[in-house]
Amino acid sequence: MAVEIYDKPFNPWHELQQYQSKHAELLGKYGATAVFVGSMRDFNEDEDVHAMTLEHYPGMTERHLEEICSEANQRWDLIEILVIHRVGDLQPGDPIVLVAVWSAHRAAAFEASRHVMEDLKTRAPFWKKEMLSQGHRWVAKNSPGTTSNNS
Amino acid sequence: MSIKIKLFASLAESLQRREATLDYVDGMTVRSVWAEVSEGAPFPSGVMMAVNMAYCEADATLNDGDEVAYFPPVTGG
Repeated sequence: MAVEIYDKPFNPWHELQQYQSKHAELLGKYGATAVFVGSMRDFNEDEDVHAMTLEHYPGMTERHLEEICSEANQRWDLIEILVIHRVGDLQPGDPIVLVAVWSAHRAAAFEASRHVMEDLKTRAPFWKKEMLSQGHRWVAKNSPGTTSNNS
Repeated sequence: MSIKIKLFASLAESLQRREATLDYVDGMTVRSVWAEVSEGAPFPSGVMMAVNMAYCEADATLNDGDEVAYFPPVTGG
């Protein structure tokens, strides 16, 4: 299990490849890898967003991300979890978050990756500030994690 | 004998400070510390609070040396 906070841009696909290479002993143990990558949009709430700053609470953020991963580990039969989250200044298109879950079978990987992501959204202390054409605004709340068809 | 206070995001901007230190007094709560650090600003609705990096309620009592944090709803991911 690994939780990382990066203050510079990262390539989630490169990170995944590196993580899997580092854990080569697990090859053949997992049959499912579920991956979620969240990246910055250039629009939000009908406005163009030119840039973003992500603030966090150093120490508390890592602690809560580790708790979220540990809870998922207890609830599902998982092999590995990797969570990477950006802080600092971002441009549209930049990856914000990577959640990857490895398990023997797909159900655990699918369910746990979604759970980790949704928990992160409500419990991990991060805040987004969007730079607009005129001024800036703090994002007041995250969008729902389900589509209207599913809610 | 002191309490360390941390403010984040829009709360830090509106109060124009990110950190403060207060003398510790027996019976201090998260709510009473807010009243001092905000110089009387009303307790913001929806504010999230933590003591020593663990989420808490406004009536949580504090101990000497505690770190208290106030911040708006989180918006990561």
